Amino acid sequence: MATLSDITRRSSQWITPQIFVFAVFLLSLPLWIRPIGLYQYIGIEIAIWIIFALGFNLLFGYTGLHSFGHGAYLGVGAYAFGLFQLHVGVSLIGGLLAAVFAAALAGAFVACFVSHRRGIYFALMTIAFGQVFWFASIKMHGITGGEDGLLNIPRPDLNLGVYSVSLSGNTALYYLIAVLLIIVTVFTWRAMNSPFGRILQAIRQNETRASFIGYEVWWFKWAAFTLSAMFAGLAGGLFAMAQESAYPDVMSLHQSGLIVMMVLVGGGLVNFWGPILGVILYFIARDVLGSITETWLLWYGLMFVVMVMFKPEGLAGVLAGLSKNSAETLNDLPVKTAEGN
Amino acid sequence: MALFEARNIHKRFGSRVVLENISLSFEEGQVNGIMGPNGAGKTTCFHCLTGHYKPTRGNIIFDGQDITGKPPQRISRMGVSRSFQLMNLFDDSSVIENIILALPDFRRRYAQATRSVFDDRELLEQARVILDQVGLLGQEWLPSLSLSYGNRRALEIGVALAANPRIVFLDEPTSGLGAEATRQLASLINKLRSKYTIVMIEHDMRFLFELADTISVIHWGQVIAQGTPDELQSNKWVQRSALGEVA
Repeated sequence: MATLSDITRRSSQWITPQIFVFAVFLLSLPLWIRPIGLYQYIGIEIAIWIIFALGFNLLFGYTGLHSFGHGAYLGVGAYAFGLFQLHVGVSLIGGLLAAVFAAALAGAFVACFVSHRRGIYFALMTIAFGQVFWFASIKMHGITGGEDGLLNIPRPDLNLGVYSVSLSGNTALYYLIAVLLIIVTVFTWRAMNSPFGRILQAIRQNETRASFIGYEVWWFKWAAFTLSAMFAGLAGGLFAMAQESAYPDVMSLHQSGLIVMMVLVGGGLVNFWGPILGVILYFIARDVLGSITETWLLWYGLMFVVMVMFKPEGLAGVLAGLSKNSAETLNDLPVKTAEGN
Repeated sequence: MALFEARNIHKRFGSRVVLENISLSFEEGQVNGIMGPNGAGKTTCFHCLTGHYKPTRGNIIFDGQDITGKPPQRISRMGVSRSFQLMNLFDDSSVIENIILALPDFRRRYAQATRSVFDDRELLEQARVILDQVGLLGQEWLPSLSLSYGNRRALEIGVALAANPRIVFLDEPTSGLGAEATRQLASLINKLRSKYTIVMIEHDMRFLFELADTISVIHWGQVIAQGTPDELQSNKWVQRSALGEVA
């Protein structure tokens, strides 16, 4: 069976053919999204959630730490972006940096408490902390606007020195997010084939052994958690910008569960591309199934159950099964087989 | 002075005393055996010596430094390596990655998040040297799970060696091995003895008496006998603990 830790033939490249295809897909999306019956805003949602999902899978799939409270960092990013625009100044870079920084801070803080745990204890503690953030966002009226949240967050322009681009249109905003997503994709891909990423994967496989060959396991778990919270924060900031608001629902347990479901359905446990497939599938299901029936979530949930029962490798596993060539691992290379086996 | 020394180690779990006043010392360059019946406390003793458990009392001295109660990762980085009784590998990873992960040169790159691992010739070369030592060259890209049992044991030792240790603790290296694989392992340990100080827990008496310079017998949580293999064969304590039938 394919696993996340298979070594791909192109593990030293920055831009693999898959990344190139994905980038073309993203950048050309505004050209064909309407003709196929969808709309521009769904592209924005998908791209934002993929940023969230890729960062989440660094922790969930690669490090094997099952966080069920990651919506909190999406929310922290969204609020930080909004508060920056409303109180500090209307700035795109400033807002996004604030979002990333605030989420990193929140993640780093929580990680201090959860990094010596794994399994069910880790999961429960992440839920507990997630609920703390959610509750705080509702109760701290003065800062967060309570249940209404922050409204009328401006969409700042993209300032490129002399040249400034308005992002008030969804297509322009989409392009910004798509470019950020491509950068995130390249970075996460590289990171997971770097020494740092391989150590995270070693910790997933065998924490005891990892410490006995000299790794400060605690630190790596902390770093993975913080890093994934940063990506969640970036996604949250972009989300606040797209929605022009930030509200407690963004960091609810519901969102935390959703990202887990997307990553699992897509196959994030066995493949780098799993989370991406999972996010796309979810939003297509929401809009296409949702246009047919109000109970679309029931059908999506049933699909999740069927997937977990019969194809736990997820969508990525299904696709890999369909085309053997797609599993680009060294296991396919003609290597000598084990003697005596 | 001995390279590695345990002084009066006690280990209790609740009210249960598992190790009582264990004192061991391992000289540089020697192969040291630890034997004893099941449940005697041998593996617990290893766990204390390598940092998995903190001893309730006593001191552990490695190379003149007190390492008592230090976490395993610190002890490992100081040059103390170990293998495990039960297979303890990175199962999703290839054979060579198991080794690379343990290389100190790789560990120093822990913060590199954009550099590739598998086109680093220097790391690959270092890993191949280790794999050659344990006889796994030519199988480096196989998933470690697909190796035969004996080869997985060899990889287990390879991972311990890759950390470039000064002393290697092997917990029952022959367990589950057939006669042929045991012979191969004996010749491997004979090759390694010039480079490393080795401590091994072993049930296979023939294997141990053939290889070890000194042997300590642990029974009822205590060291009941210590000496060269020749000395031990005539020791009445050893004979009484029903382990002396090798002679």
